[in-house]
Amino acid sequence: MSSILKIILQRLGLGLITLFIVSIVIFVAVNLLPGDFAEAILGQGATPESVAQIRRDLGLDQPLVARYLDWLRGMLTLDLGTSFAQLNFAKAMGGAGSVTVAEQIAPRLSNTLFLAAVTACIAVPVAVFLGVLAALYRNTAFDKAANLFTLSSISSPEFFMAYVLILFLAVLNPVFPSLSNIYEGMAFSERLQKSMLPALTLTLVVTAHMMRMTRAAIINLLASPYIEMARLKGLSPMRVIVKHALPNALAPIINVIALNLAYLITGVVVVEVVFVYPGIGQLFVDSVKIRDIPVVQACCLIFAAAYILLNLTADILSIISNPRLRHPK
Amino acid sequence: MYGISRRGLLQTGMAAGVLAATGLPLRAQTRGGKFTAGLSGANTSDSWDSRTHSDIFMISSAQGAVFDSLTEIAADGSLKGELAESWEATPDAKTWTFNLRKGVTFHNGKSFGADDVIASLQMHLGEESKSAAKPIVENIVEMNKLGEHQVELVLAAGNADLPYLMADYHILMFPAGQIEEAISQGIGTGLYQVTSFDPGVRMTATRYADHYKGDSAGFFDEIEYIAINDNTARMNALLTGQVDAINRVDFKTENLLKANPNVRIQEVTGNEHYTFPILTDVPPYNDVNLRRALKYGLNRQEMVDKILLGHGRVGNDSPIGPANQYFNAEMEQLEYDPDKAKFYLKEAGYDSIELDLSASDAAFEGAVDAAQLFQASASAAGIKLNVIQEPADGYWSNVWLSKPLSAAYWSGRPTEDWMFSIAYEEGVPWNDSQWGSEDSARFQELLVSARTELDTDKRREQYYEMQQILRDDGGILLPMFSNFVQAVNNRIQTPDTIGNGWQMDNARMAERWSVA
Repeated sequence: MSSILKIILQRLGLGLITLFIVSIVIFVAVNLLPGDFAEAILGQGATPESVAQIRRDLGLDQPLVARYLDWLRGMLTLDLGTSFAQLNFAKAMGGAGSVTVAEQIAPRLSNTLFLAAVTACIAVPVAVFLGVLAALYRNTAFDKAANLFTLSSISSPEFFMAYVLILFLAVLNPVFPSLSNIYEGMAFSERLQKSMLPALTLTLVVTAHMMRMTRAAIINLLASPYIEMARLKGLSPMRVIVKHALPNALAPIINVIALNLAYLITGVVVVEVVFVYPGIGQLFVDSVKIRDIPVVQACCLIFAAAYILLNLTADILSIISNPRLRHPK
Repeated sequence: MYGISRRGLLQTGMAAGVLAATGLPLRAQTRGGKFTAGLSGANTSDSWDSRTHSDIFMISSAQGAVFDSLTEIAADGSLKGELAESWEATPDAKTWTFNLRKGVTFHNGKSFGADDVIASLQMHLGEESKSAAKPIVENIVEMNKLGEHQVELVLAAGNADLPYLMADYHILMFPAGQIEEAISQGIGTGLYQVTSFDPGVRMTATRYADHYKGDSAGFFDEIEYIAINDNTARMNALLTGQVDAINRVDFKTENLLKANPNVRIQEVTGNEHYTFPILTDVPPYNDVNLRRALKYGLNRQEMVDKILLGHGRVGNDSPIGPANQYFNAEMEQLEYDPDKAKFYLKEAGYDSIELDLSASDAAFEGAVDAAQLFQASASAAGIKLNVIQEPADGYWSNVWLSKPLSAAYWSGRPTEDWMFSIAYEEGVPWNDSQWGSEDSARFQELLVSARTELDTDKRREQYYEMQQILRDDGGILLPMFSNFVQAVNNRIQTPDTIGNGWQMDNARMAERWSVA
């Protein structure tokens, strides 16, 4: 077990370095975009004096490196800072209480996680189940139909799938609302109903990948001698696959599930905008629009951390699921 | 039509459409019900601080529901008192006395009086203030409390429009001494009391029980404004009945809404206009003949048809629009006339000329297309326009006001003086044509004299002349006024006259609309 612990620590260390690099890349990239917060927020009213005033207030007149180091210093003490919009507002107010980035992101992140969880609860069982069936009835009409359907849905842009679902499930047959404006204090059942269309859209987007991987991993194993043995024993094809093939195919399946879960957290931007879902993706889009660097940085770090942690989880789970890796000689 | 019962009439959507078209009153407005609107223009940085308000979501929530101003612009454009009952001025329009309404309370129980007016006005002052209403309030040099319900405002320079300016959506009345609290919780004297506010997401409020407007306004028990910035999502929400009204209907999908019998479209022409400003101090544009050549080389009707898809009104190179008091609708319309354009080009000393036209869709939606239409129509007169597509980011800082010929938009202003002093007075920062006394000394003279003129007829004459000067010689090409297009579910009843000062009935849906 100690080797697993060592791997975890190693990977966490590497993850921190990755986050550090990501933060530099994002910081530089956002600054390379034309325009800055002062110009974006003032719009047509951007007279040189007012732009200079806001830049002075927010410290945007400092050199890039100094601003980054300043942000990093806050980061090391787990202080994500205050968004430019809030800070600018506070200055206009004469320093009244302002909302920090962490406070701004927390409710949005929990909404996004809720959506990801709902989607995962639908998508993962469906994908694995379809994958097993596709492997069982490989090269039949069912296999081909399942492949065709999932591949078409992954190949279409997300907003297109979203509109197709809205058309069929909200406009023509009003089953679910097209507007997913969930808010705090909403009953769980209502929240679930409102999140259903975005969750289904995401399900369509992530299912194909997981299903195809499940199918491929299982079919790969079906040529192995021990499967032949199981078959010769006279076991039913279903039992061969579920009891004998699936446990050995778990490692690649878990890997691809983890990757898709990460996508559910980071890739929801378009879906959130279409359904007006108040998640982190919307906040991210709003913040990029006005070049609100502290919020953009925080969102990106959360996205990057989600990828790193889920990948790490995937690796650990595949080690645990594989006795050879669990007990290295 | 008279033999049909109201109920029978309402059962078919078509009949309701006829009613809306003929403007027959549906029935007396009654209290009750809930109203939900899906509005764009919301941001996560929104707050109840009216100094920062700039878009429809917060304006509808604050001035339109939760807060009040001293005065109010009615749907027909006339001025009426809101928290001020009456006002009077000295003949030089320098000293104004406002008599405040008695017995008004804020939602936290505090009673409204002269101190609140003074504190609320002072919010906009101070060196650090970035309030958009600062230029208005700065002109008030003395604020005197004459009594518990009377305030005297003394101006540095006379202004006959002061009562109009007090209806600005930035200048709301906050409770004195509790302003910070009022900004964080939304405590005003408006018809509705805030129940929840999630910036950039949603706002809900309930009817304030004993409001001074009584039964004549604020008919809903409950309102909910949902932030929907995406055009398609907003339309879907209306079509699926999740919201009762939406603003900014996308012109391209308007037909889909029209096909739905439960929904009707409202369209009014306000003051929002799209322009091609010319810097009149940069050669060769300092020659009025060249500007005239451009004026006649511009096909305004084509732009209204193709850029606004018909949802607008041709402009006449004056920023005073149909929502203004002294709009000169009688001026001869500038028409597309390549021969005249050629004539003026020759007067300017050119047979043909090559000019750069900078545009970006940041200026207005379709600005680059509009520039290309301009290019095509002007080429018939020997004017070769090179359309330069500028990046949208930083457009207002790098292109507008610095490139000699560019594209821009203005949301317009409710008063003539305000519009002219913000963009046509010599030397002001947003004067995007560098229009000054060298171009027309008469214009600048009239601008100053009309400002303090209390006689309406004289004032009208002066403003008409100013509009004529801009039409003939001005540095702004103003091809079109764009309409406010919004859509409402038929379960909501709206008055015959819809305000054209702002979208959504001057943002006062909660006050004026009711359940049918």
